[in-house]
Amino acid sequence: MEYVLIIIGAVFVSNIVLNQFLGICPFIGVSNKVDTAVGMTGAVTFVMVIATIFTYLIFQFVLVPLELTYLRTITFILVIASLVQMVEIMLKKISPPLYQALGIFLPLITTNCAVLGVAVLAVQKDFNLLESAVFAIGNAIGFGLALVTFSGIREHLDLMDVPKPMKGVPIAFIVAGLMALAFMGFTGIV
Amino acid sequence: MNQWKNFSKGLLRENAVFVMFLGLCPTLGVTTSAVNGLGMGLATTFVLLMSNFVVSLIKNQIPDKVRIPAFIVIIATFVTVVEMVMKAYLPALFDALGLFIPLIVVNCLVLGRAEAFASKNNIISSIVDGLGLGIGFALALTSLGAVREILGSGAIFGLSFIRGDGMLLFILPPGAFIALGYLIVIANKLKEKTA
Repeated sequence: MEYVLIIIGAVFVSNIVLNQFLGICPFIGVSNKVDTAVGMTGAVTFVMVIATIFTYLIFQFVLVPLELTYLRTITFILVIASLVQMVEIMLKKISPPLYQALGIFLPLITTNCAVLGVAVLAVQKDFNLLESAVFAIGNAIGFGLALVTFSGIREHLDLMDVPKPMKGVPIAFIVAGLMALAFMGFTGIV
Repeated sequence: MNQWKNFSKGLLRENAVFVMFLGLCPTLGVTTSAVNGLGMGLATTFVLLMSNFVVSLIKNQIPDKVRIPAFIVIIATFVTVVEMVMKAYLPALFDALGLFIPLIVVNCLVLGRAEAFASKNNIISSIVDGLGLGIGFALALTSLGAVREILGSGAIFGLSFIRGDGMLLFILPPGAFIALGYLIVIANKLKEKTA
Protein backbone atom coordinates (compact mmCIF):
# COMPACT_ATOMS: atom_id res chain seq x y z
CA MET A 1 0.00 0.00 0.00
CA GLU A 2 2.84 2.31 0.94
CA TYR A 3 4.41 1.76 -2.47
CA VAL A 4 1.13 2.45 -4.27
CA LEU A 5 0.94 5.77 -2.42
CA ILE A 6 4.50 6.66 -3.44
CA ILE A 7 3.63 5.99 -7.09
CA ILE A 8 0.34 7.92 -7.04
CA GLY A 9 2.03 10.80 -5.27
CA ALA A 10 4.85 10.94 -7.81
CA VAL A 11 2.63 10.58 -10.88
CA PHE A 12 -0.28 12.86 -10.04
CA VAL A 13 0.09 14.93 -6.89
CA SER A 14 3.64 16.24 -7.22
CA ASN A 15 4.17 15.52 -10.89
CA ILE A 16 7.85 15.92 -11.66
CA VAL A 17 7.34 18.19 -14.66
CA LEU A 18 4.19 20.15 -13.90
CA ASN A 19 4.64 20.55 -10.16
CA GLN A 20 8.39 20.24 -9.46
CA PHE A 21 9.66 21.86 -12.68
CA LEU A 22 12.25 19.18 -13.41
CA GLY A 23 12.98 18.07 -16.96
CA ILE A 24 11.45 21.15 -18.57
CA CYS A 25 14.02 21.19 -21.39
CA PRO A 26 12.95 17.85 -22.93
CA PHE A 27 9.34 18.67 -22.01
CA ILE A 28 9.46 21.72 -24.29
CA GLY A 29 12.17 20.47 -26.65
CA VAL A 30 11.02 17.03 -27.79
CA SER A 31 7.25 17.36 -27.42
CA ASN A 32 6.52 18.29 -31.04
CA LYS A 33 5.51 14.76 -32.01
CA VAL A 34 3.97 11.92 -30.01
CA ASP A 35 6.47 9.38 -31.40
CA THR A 36 9.56 11.22 -30.18
CA ALA A 37 7.86 11.88 -26.84
CA VAL A 38 7.33 8.15 -26.37
CA GLY A 39 10.97 7.45 -27.32
CA MET A 40 12.25 10.02 -24.85
CA THR A 41 10.03 8.62 -22.09
CA GLY A 42 11.46 5.14 -22.66
CA ALA A 43 15.04 6.35 -22.45
CA VAL A 44 14.41 8.49 -19.36
CA THR A 45 12.57 5.69 -17.53
CA PHE A 46 15.44 3.32 -18.17
CA VAL A 47 18.19 5.68 -17.00
CA MET A 48 16.22 7.21 -14.12
CA VAL A 49 15.48 3.89 -12.40
CA ILE A 50 19.01 2.50 -12.80
CA ALA A 51 20.63 5.81 -11.81
CA THR A 52 18.52 6.17 -8.67
CA ILE A 53 19.42 2.65 -7.50
CA PHE A 54 23.13 3.14 -8.20
CA THR A 55 23.38 6.58 -6.62
CA TYR A 56 21.44 5.33 -3.59
CA LEU A 57 23.88 2.46 -3.06
CA ILE A 58 26.93 4.70 -3.55
CA PHE A 59 25.56 7.35 -1.19
CA GLN A 60 24.66 4.90 1.60
CA PHE A 61 27.67 2.59 1.37
CA VAL A 62 30.49 4.87 0.23
CA LEU A 63 29.78 8.53 0.93
CA VAL A 64 28.05 8.19 4.32
CA PRO A 65 30.63 5.85 5.95
CA LEU A 66 33.50 8.01 4.68
CA GLU A 67 31.70 11.22 5.78
CA LEU A 68 31.99 12.67 2.30
CA THR A 69 28.32 13.57 1.82
CA TYR A 70 29.27 17.08 0.65
CA LEU A 71 30.61 15.43 -2.52
CA ARG A 72 27.06 14.27 -3.34
CA THR A 73 26.50 16.52 -6.35
CA ILE A 74 29.83 15.71 -8.06
CA THR A 75 29.52 11.98 -7.39
CA PHE A 76 25.94 11.72 -8.60
CA ILE A 77 26.48 13.57 -11.85
CA LEU A 78 29.57 11.47 -12.62
CA VAL A 79 27.66 8.26 -11.89
CA ILE A 80 24.81 9.39 -14.14
CA ALA A 81 27.13 10.46 -16.96
CA SER A 82 29.06 7.18 -16.93
CA LEU A 83 25.83 5.19 -16.56
CA VAL A 84 24.38 6.84 -19.65
CA GLN A 85 27.56 5.99 -21.54
CA MET A 86 27.45 2.37 -20.31
CA VAL A 87 23.79 1.95 -21.17
CA GLU A 88 24.53 3.29 -24.64
CA ILE A 89 27.36 0.79 -25.24
CA MET A 90 25.39 -2.14 -23.81
CA LEU A 91 22.24 -1.38 -25.79
CA LYS A 92 24.29 -1.18 -28.99
CA LYS A 93 25.47 -4.77 -28.39
CA ILE A 94 22.38 -6.35 -26.83
CA SER A 95 19.48 -4.74 -28.62
CA PRO A 96 20.32 -2.74 -31.77
CA PRO A 97 16.65 -2.00 -32.58
CA LEU A 98 16.09 -0.43 -29.15
CA TYR A 99 19.38 1.45 -29.51
CA GLN A 100 18.21 2.78 -32.87
CA ALA A 101 14.88 3.84 -31.39
CA LEU A 102 16.40 5.66 -28.39
CA GLY A 103 19.53 6.74 -30.30
CA ILE A 104 19.62 10.51 -30.16
CA PHE A 105 17.87 10.77 -26.79
CA LEU A 106 20.38 8.81 -24.74
CA PRO A 107 23.26 11.34 -24.65
CA LEU A 108 20.78 14.13 -23.91
CA ILE A 109 19.73 12.45 -20.69
CA THR A 110 22.96 13.31 -18.85
CA THR A 111 21.82 16.92 -18.69
CA ASN A 112 18.18 16.09 -17.96
CA CYS A 113 17.74 17.54 -14.51
CA ALA A 114 14.87 15.13 -13.77
CA VAL A 115 17.35 12.25 -13.45
CA LEU A 116 19.71 14.04 -11.05
CA GLY A 117 16.73 15.60 -9.28
CA VAL A 118 15.06 12.26 -8.53
CA ALA A 119 18.36 10.76 -7.37
CA VAL A 120 18.93 13.67 -4.95
CA LEU A 121 15.30 13.68 -3.76
CA ALA A 122 15.37 9.93 -3.05
CA VAL A 123 18.38 10.43 -0.79
CA GLN A 124 16.93 13.55 0.87
CA LYS A 125 13.65 11.79 1.67
CA ASP A 126 15.45 8.98 3.54
CA PHE A 127 13.88 6.24 1.42
CA ASN A 128 15.21 2.69 1.63
CA LEU A 129 16.42 0.92 -1.50
CA LEU A 130 13.05 -0.50 -2.58
CA GLU A 131 11.24 2.77 -1.87
CA SER A 132 13.84 4.66 -3.90
CA ALA A 133 13.35 2.33 -6.87
CA VAL A 134 9.54 2.66 -6.64
CA PHE A 135 9.88 6.44 -6.31
CA ALA A 136 12.01 6.52 -9.49
CA ILE A 137 9.49 4.37 -11.39
CA GLY A 138 6.63 6.61 -10.29
CA ASN A 139 8.47 9.75 -11.36
CA ALA A 140 9.35 8.21 -14.71
CA ILE A 141 5.65 7.39 -15.28
CA GLY A 142 4.74 10.95 -14.28
CA PHE A 143 7.31 12.35 -16.70
CA GLY A 144 5.97 10.13 -19.48
CA LEU A 145 2.34 11.00 -18.76
CA ALA A 146 3.03 14.73 -18.87
CA LEU A 147 5.28 14.52 -21.95
CA VAL A 148 3.04 12.28 -24.07
CA THR A 149 -0.24 14.09 -23.32
CA PHE A 150 1.47 17.44 -23.89
CA SER A 151 2.88 16.31 -27.26
CA GLY A 152 -0.63 15.22 -28.26
CA ILE A 153 -1.91 18.71 -27.50
CA ARG A 154 0.98 20.31 -29.38
CA GLU A 155 0.28 18.25 -32.51
CA HIS A 156 -3.21 19.76 -32.52
CA LEU A 157 -1.83 23.20 -31.68
CA ASP A 158 0.24 23.22 -34.90
CA LEU A 159 -2.99 23.32 -36.89
CA MET A 160 -4.49 26.18 -34.90
CA ASP A 161 -4.43 29.86 -35.77
CA VAL A 162 -2.16 31.25 -33.05
CA PRO A 163 -1.20 34.99 -32.98
CA LYS A 164 2.29 35.39 -34.45
CA PRO A 165 4.32 36.48 -31.38
CA MET A 166 2.79 33.58 -29.42
CA LYS A 167 3.61 30.87 -31.96
CA GLY A 168 5.82 27.99 -30.84
CA VAL A 169 7.30 28.12 -27.35
CA PRO A 170 5.15 30.86 -25.69
CA ILE A 171 1.83 29.16 -26.44
CA ALA A 172 3.39 25.85 -25.36
CA PHE A 173 4.17 27.40 -21.96
CA ILE A 174 0.64 28.71 -21.56
CA VAL A 175 -0.78 25.29 -22.46
CA ALA A 176 1.60 23.72 -19.95
CA GLY A 177 0.29 26.17 -17.36
CA LEU A 178 -3.28 25.06 -18.00
CA MET A 179 -2.18 21.42 -17.76
CA ALA A 180 -0.48 22.16 -14.44
CA LEU A 181 -3.73 23.75 -13.29
CA ALA A 182 -5.58 20.54 -14.17
CA PHE A 183 -3.02 18.47 -12.28
CA MET A 184 -3.54 20.65 -9.20
CA GLY A 185 -6.94 19.01 -8.97
CA PHE A 186 -5.14 15.95 -7.60
CA THR A 187 -3.78 17.90 -4.62
CA GLY A 188 -4.58 16.22 -1.33
CA ILE A 189 -5.58 12.77 -2.56
CA VAL A 190 -2.52 11.18 -0.95
CA MET B 1 33.96 47.94 -28.04
CA ASN B 2 34.19 44.35 -29.16
CA GLN B 3 34.14 43.13 -25.56
CA TRP B 4 31.13 45.34 -24.84
CA LYS B 5 29.25 43.63 -27.69
CA ASN B 6 30.34 40.30 -26.31
CA PHE B 7 28.98 41.28 -22.91
CA SER B 8 25.73 42.90 -24.00
CA LYS B 9 24.56 40.08 -26.26
CA GLY B 10 23.63 38.06 -23.19
CA LEU B 11 21.37 40.78 -21.83
CA LEU B 12 18.61 40.69 -24.44
CA ARG B 13 19.63 39.66 -27.95
CA GLU B 14 20.83 36.20 -26.91
CA ASN B 15 19.13 36.11 -23.54
CA ALA B 16 19.38 32.61 -22.13
CA VAL B 17 15.79 32.37 -20.94
CA PHE B 18 13.71 34.50 -23.29
CA VAL B 19 15.51 33.79 -26.56
CA MET B 20 17.52 30.58 -26.27
CA PHE B 21 15.20 28.78 -23.80
CA LEU B 22 18.08 27.42 -21.73
CA GLY B 23 18.03 26.82 -18.01
CA LEU B 24 14.26 26.72 -17.77
CA CYS B 25 13.94 24.39 -14.79
CA PRO B 26 15.35 26.80 -12.18
CA THR B 27 13.66 29.68 -14.02
CA LEU B 28 10.26 28.20 -13.32
CA GLY B 29 11.08 26.47 -10.06
CA VAL B 30 12.51 29.22 -7.86
CA THR B 31 10.82 32.40 -9.07
CA THR B 32 8.02 32.61 -6.52
CA SER B 33 9.53 35.95 -5.47
CA ALA B 34 11.95 38.50 -6.93
CA VAL B 35 14.53 37.87 -4.20
CA ASN B 36 14.64 34.12 -4.88
CA GLY B 37 15.02 34.81 -8.60
CA LEU B 38 17.87 37.22 -7.97
CA GLY B 39 19.63 34.79 -5.60
CA MET B 40 19.41 31.94 -8.09
CA GLY B 41 20.52 34.23 -10.91
CA LEU B 42 23.61 35.39 -9.03
CA ALA B 43 24.54 31.85 -7.96
CA THR B 44 24.31 30.71 -11.58
CA THR B 45 26.31 33.75 -12.74
CA PHE B 46 29.12 32.83 -10.36
CA VAL B 47 29.20 29.22 -11.56
CA LEU B 48 29.04 30.29 -15.21
CA LEU B 49 31.81 32.85 -14.79
CA MET B 50 34.16 30.48 -12.95
CA SER B 51 33.52 27.50 -15.21
CA ASN B 52 34.01 29.60 -18.36
CA PHE B 53 37.27 30.91 -16.87
CA VAL B 54 38.66 27.50 -15.92
CA VAL B 55 37.50 25.78 -19.10
CA SER B 56 39.16 28.37 -21.31
CA LEU B 57 42.28 28.22 -19.12
CA ILE B 58 42.80 24.48 -19.57
CA LYS B 59 41.06 23.94 -22.90
CA ASN B 60 44.30 22.83 -24.58
CA GLN B 61 45.02 20.23 -21.90
CA ILE B 62 41.65 18.47 -22.12
CA PRO B 63 41.54 15.59 -24.63
CA ASP B 64 38.68 16.07 -27.04
CA LYS B 65 36.99 12.74 -26.29
CA VAL B 66 36.50 13.30 -22.57
CA ARG B 67 35.79 17.03 -22.70
CA ILE B 68 32.12 16.81 -21.68
CA PRO B 69 32.78 14.79 -18.48
CA ALA B 70 35.72 17.11 -17.75
CA PHE B 71 33.49 20.18 -18.12
CA ILE B 72 30.88 18.60 -15.86
CA VAL B 73 33.44 17.96 -13.12
CA ILE B 74 34.64 21.58 -13.31
CA ILE B 75 31.05 22.86 -13.12
CA ALA B 76 30.13 20.47 -10.29
CA THR B 77 33.13 21.71 -8.27
CA PHE B 78 31.93 25.32 -8.38
CA VAL B 79 28.34 24.29 -7.69
CA THR B 80 29.54 22.52 -4.54
CA VAL B 81 31.39 25.70 -3.52
CA VAL B 82 28.19 27.76 -3.99
CA GLU B 83 26.20 25.16 -2.08
CA MET B 84 28.51 25.22 0.94
CA VAL B 85 28.95 29.01 1.02
CA MET B 86 25.21 29.62 0.73
CA LYS B 87 24.41 27.07 3.41
CA ALA B 88 26.84 28.80 5.78
CA TYR B 89 26.00 32.47 5.14
CA LEU B 90 22.49 32.61 3.60
CA PRO B 91 20.59 29.68 5.16
CA ALA B 92 17.13 31.21 4.42
CA LEU B 93 17.88 31.54 0.71
CA PHE B 94 19.46 28.07 0.74
CA ASP B 95 16.21 26.58 2.05
CA ALA B 96 14.09 28.53 -0.43
CA LEU B 97 16.12 27.41 -3.46
CA GLY B 98 16.45 23.86 -2.11
CA LEU B 99 16.93 21.19 -4.74
CA PHE B 100 17.69 23.69 -7.48
CA ILE B 101 21.15 24.56 -6.14
CA PRO B 102 22.70 21.12 -6.83
CA LEU B 103 20.78 21.17 -10.10
CA ILE B 104 22.85 24.11 -11.40
CA VAL B 105 25.19 21.30 -12.51
CA VAL B 106 22.72 20.19 -15.17
CA ASN B 107 21.68 23.72 -16.17
CA CYS B 108 22.10 23.50 -19.93
CA LEU B 109 23.14 27.16 -20.01
CA VAL B 110 26.38 26.51 -18.08
CA LEU B 111 27.46 23.41 -20.00
CA GLY B 112 26.30 25.00 -23.25
CA ARG B 113 28.58 28.04 -22.80
CA ALA B 114 31.53 25.83 -21.78
CA GLU B 115 31.11 23.75 -24.92
CA ALA B 116 30.08 26.45 -27.39
CA PHE B 117 32.16 29.42 -26.23
CA ALA B 118 34.79 28.90 -23.53
CA SER B 119 36.39 25.88 -25.20
CA LYS B 120 37.06 27.94 -28.33
CA ASN B 121 37.88 31.45 -27.09
CA ASN B 122 40.54 33.16 -24.98
CA ILE B 123 40.27 33.78 -21.25
CA ILE B 124 39.15 37.43 -21.28
CA SER B 125 36.40 36.83 -23.87
CA SER B 126 35.19 33.78 -21.94
CA ILE B 127 34.97 35.71 -18.67
CA VAL B 128 33.07 38.54 -20.37
CA ASP B 129 30.76 36.07 -22.10
CA GLY B 130 30.02 34.27 -18.84
CA LEU B 131 29.38 37.53 -17.03
CA GLY B 132 27.04 38.85 -19.76
CA LEU B 133 24.97 35.71 -20.07
CA GLY B 134 24.90 35.23 -16.31
CA ILE B 135 23.61 38.75 -15.71
CA GLY B 136 21.07 38.30 -18.51
CA PHE B 137 19.92 35.09 -16.81
CA ALA B 138 19.71 36.86 -13.42
CA LEU B 139 17.69 39.71 -14.98
CA ALA B 140 15.27 37.25 -16.56
CA LEU B 141 14.79 35.38 -13.28
CA THR B 142 14.39 38.58 -11.28
CA SER B 143 11.79 39.98 -13.71
CA LEU B 144 9.81 36.73 -13.75
CA GLY B 145 10.04 36.59 -9.96
CA ALA B 146 8.90 40.22 -9.71
CA VAL B 147 5.90 39.64 -12.01
CA ARG B 148 4.83 36.58 -10.04
CA GLU B 149 5.33 38.32 -6.70
CA ILE B 150 3.41 41.45 -7.75
CA LEU B 151 0.47 39.48 -9.15
CA GLY B 152 0.58 36.63 -6.67
CA SER B 153 1.14 38.30 -3.32
CA GLY B 154 0.86 42.03 -4.05
CA ALA B 155 4.42 42.75 -3.02
CA ILE B 156 7.79 43.52 -4.55
CA PHE B 157 11.10 42.43 -2.95
CA GLY B 158 9.06 41.56 0.13
CA LEU B 159 7.45 45.04 0.46
CA SER B 160 3.70 44.57 0.43
CA PHE B 161 1.55 47.24 -1.23
CA ILE B 162 -1.95 45.77 -1.06
CA ARG B 163 -4.09 44.51 1.79
CA GLY B 164 -5.15 40.88 1.78
CA ASP B 165 -4.06 38.26 -0.74
CA GLY B 166 -3.11 38.59 -4.38
CA MET B 167 -3.90 36.15 -7.15
CA LEU B 168 -2.66 32.96 -5.53
CA LEU B 169 -2.47 31.26 -8.94
CA PHE B 170 0.76 33.10 -9.80
CA ILE B 171 2.60 31.78 -6.76
CA LEU B 172 1.48 28.21 -7.53
CA PRO B 173 3.19 26.13 -10.28
CA PRO B 174 0.67 26.84 -13.11
CA GLY B 175 1.29 30.59 -12.73
CA ALA B 176 5.00 30.06 -13.45
CA PHE B 177 4.29 28.56 -16.86
CA ILE B 178 1.68 31.16 -17.78
CA ALA B 179 3.74 34.18 -16.62
CA LEU B 180 6.86 32.95 -18.46
CA GLY B 181 4.79 32.31 -21.60
CA TYR B 182 3.56 35.90 -21.65
CA LEU B 183 7.03 37.32 -20.85
CA ILE B 184 8.41 35.46 -23.90
CA VAL B 185 5.60 36.98 -25.98
CA ILE B 186 6.71 40.45 -24.83
CA ALA B 187 10.38 39.62 -25.60
CA ASN B 188 9.35 38.44 -29.09
CA LYS B 189 7.48 41.69 -29.68
CA LEU B 190 10.51 43.74 -28.55
CA LYS B 191 12.81 41.76 -30.84
CA GLU B 192 10.47 42.30 -33.77
CA LYS B 193 10.62 46.06 -33.24
CA THR B 194 14.41 46.27 -32.97
CA ALA B 195 15.02 43.90 -35.90
